Amino acid sequence: MTTTASPNRFTAIDNAELREWKAEIAVQAPASPPGLFSRAFVQETAAMTRRLFIQLQRRPSTLFAGVIQPLMWLVLFGALFQNVPQGLFGDSQNYGQFLGAGIIVFTAFGGALNAGLPVMFDREFGFLNRFLVAPLASRYSIVVASALFIAAMSLVQTASIVAVSAFLGAGLPDPFGLALVALIVLTLVLGVTALSLGLSFALPGHIELIAVIFVTNLPLLFASTALVPLSFMPPWLQVVASLNPLSYAIEPIRYLYLHDDWGFGSVVMQAPFADVTLGGALGILVSFCGIALLLVQPLLRRRMA
Amino acid sequence: MDPAVLISGLKKRYGSLEAVKDVSLTLQSGEIFGLLGPNGAGKTTTIRCLCTLTSPDAGRVEVNGISVLDNPRLARQYLGYIAQEVSLDKVLTGRELLQLQADLYHIPPKVARDRIPQMIELLELTDWADQKTGTYSGGLKKRLDLALGLLHQPDVLVLDEPTVGLDIETRSVVWQFLRDLKAAGTTILITSHYLEEVDALADRVAIIDNGVVIAVGTPSELKDQIGGDRITLRIREFTPEAEAERAKTLLQALPCVQEVIVNGAQGNSLNLVVMAQADALMTVQHALKTADLPTFGIAQSRPSLDDVYLAATGRTLLDAEIAAAGNRDLKAERKQAMKGT
Repeated sequence: MTTTASPNRFTAIDNAELREWKAEIAVQAPASPPGLFSRAFVQETAAMTRRLFIQLQRRPSTLFAGVIQPLMWLVLFGALFQNVPQGLFGDSQNYGQFLGAGIIVFTAFGGALNAGLPVMFDREFGFLNRFLVAPLASRYSIVVASALFIAAMSLVQTASIVAVSAFLGAGLPDPFGLALVALIVLTLVLGVTALSLGLSFALPGHIELIAVIFVTNLPLLFASTALVPLSFMPPWLQVVASLNPLSYAIEPIRYLYLHDDWGFGSVVMQAPFADVTLGGALGILVSFCGIALLLVQPLLRRRMA
Repeated sequence: MDPAVLISGLKKRYGSLEAVKDVSLTLQSGEIFGLLGPNGAGKTTTIRCLCTLTSPDAGRVEVNGISVLDNPRLARQYLGYIAQEVSLDKVLTGRELLQLQADLYHIPPKVARDRIPQMIELLELTDWADQKTGTYSGGLKKRLDLALGLLHQPDVLVLDEPTVGLDIETRSVVWQFLRDLKAAGTTILITSHYLEEVDALADRVAIIDNGVVIAVGTPSELKDQIGGDRITLRIREFTPEAEAERAKTLLQALPCVQEVIVNGAQGNSLNLVVMAQADALMTVQHALKTADLPTFGIAQSRPSLDDVYLAATGRTLLDAEIAAAGNRDLKAERKQAMKGT
């Protein structure tokens, strides 16, 4: 690098186009902050999402592992309980068919729960400061970018689980049913991603975040209807499982697998306190997601709006 | 016209630690302003408040007359921030990171299309722009970091310890670059605990200690304030102590000499504080000659910023640094910085 200043260097420092554009925004800026879904928000979110996909493309091992792991669950865990008497698992013809819905939800949940980890590392390495000193339209772009990325991953995982389940004889929901499965997965992913990112802002470091993920992940699996139906559980666990948001994602998917004549009024789960319909379960999922998004708002703002 | 940066009555406390007690600074447009002080003096906290990474407990902070507290988005557009430690995504290439930065600042795509290659050329990253930053050397990383910080053409560029940990060549590259940048009209705020860095670069300096500004002015003003020139004298390459003491007694008697110290660490050389007058050096040399003492080497200099610091705080910057290092809980500070509240 030369140490003498040439006229060329000065023009590069001062770019006329950029100066004009800056003068423009200085006039606009005091009026009103660009809100969610403004052009600025879309631009920053797209850029952050693109970064995550470039990372994935250059380090694809997470995708491979993310696809293989649930399939191993499906095959191995399914084989463990292959010989349970029919009828023990509700209307499912075999345990593999029963398990599919649980694995779909559990996989999406696990992916979303880990969403905070890269953000925590960005924070620890100081990279996140680049986002925090930038004039972002909203820091929700950080949440939305992660959620889009995790959602794409989850859809790939879900598709592979659905395909392998079908191959193992679990059958397929009808096309609308499949679309609804995707919608359920996406809603859950958005909510859990938001919570995980909230933790990545609130906790002191990645050790603590990993600890939280560790103590959340498996207990939430066991205290849901992923592995066994409600009727199989002792009464107290039935209550816990009926309060677990994961159950409200699992049971509708399971129902869609078994019933071609589904409707939003179909009862998908008989909780100890009430029968839950398909529409009701979706409502609860959407509310869970909304609450999660609201909960992280103060954490995103904490370092000034 | 509004000053480029106005900080007034800034206070910031982390738990029981008062990181910034009372800092007020005004930066004029187009100047390089140096914030000098030992580690832990409150420099980084001050600029974290300026760059909207931390909210102050009290005080006004403005950029181009825009309050960073009331209108952070516009203030952020005016500011460029270059952290002490370069932090890059090692999987991405330099060009990809520049594109990300452009989008974070909402630069219109057609402007960014010209601007990104321009910055790559300006910081001579052309051969490396499409390599992953994980393969970059320390100097390359710093250059990319500068390119990122300058991409949106900030009016005020803030650099926290810009040359800590850099090799000498990269350091001079950064210095020259900052001078060019200033010539192009950018206001620059740097923090440093390197005296020579601030001395070489800054138009004006604030010395900050224990969260308080203790002196502000041009380096030359600050040096004039404490008065006197410095003379370093060697009788021989390695002077016997007795001879050095004899010279000391002799020189102390001279009316233009204010103070004489024998520096045992440097072969018993003599450090003199003399009145800032043209013939001081001659007088000293003449006195030595008359007493039949040889002169191996003699040099006159103005007081350094370290002398200024010493006069203001009663200790040298190095002593302050050592003292601060003992008192600091780096782990706790890092946690606080990450929390950022």
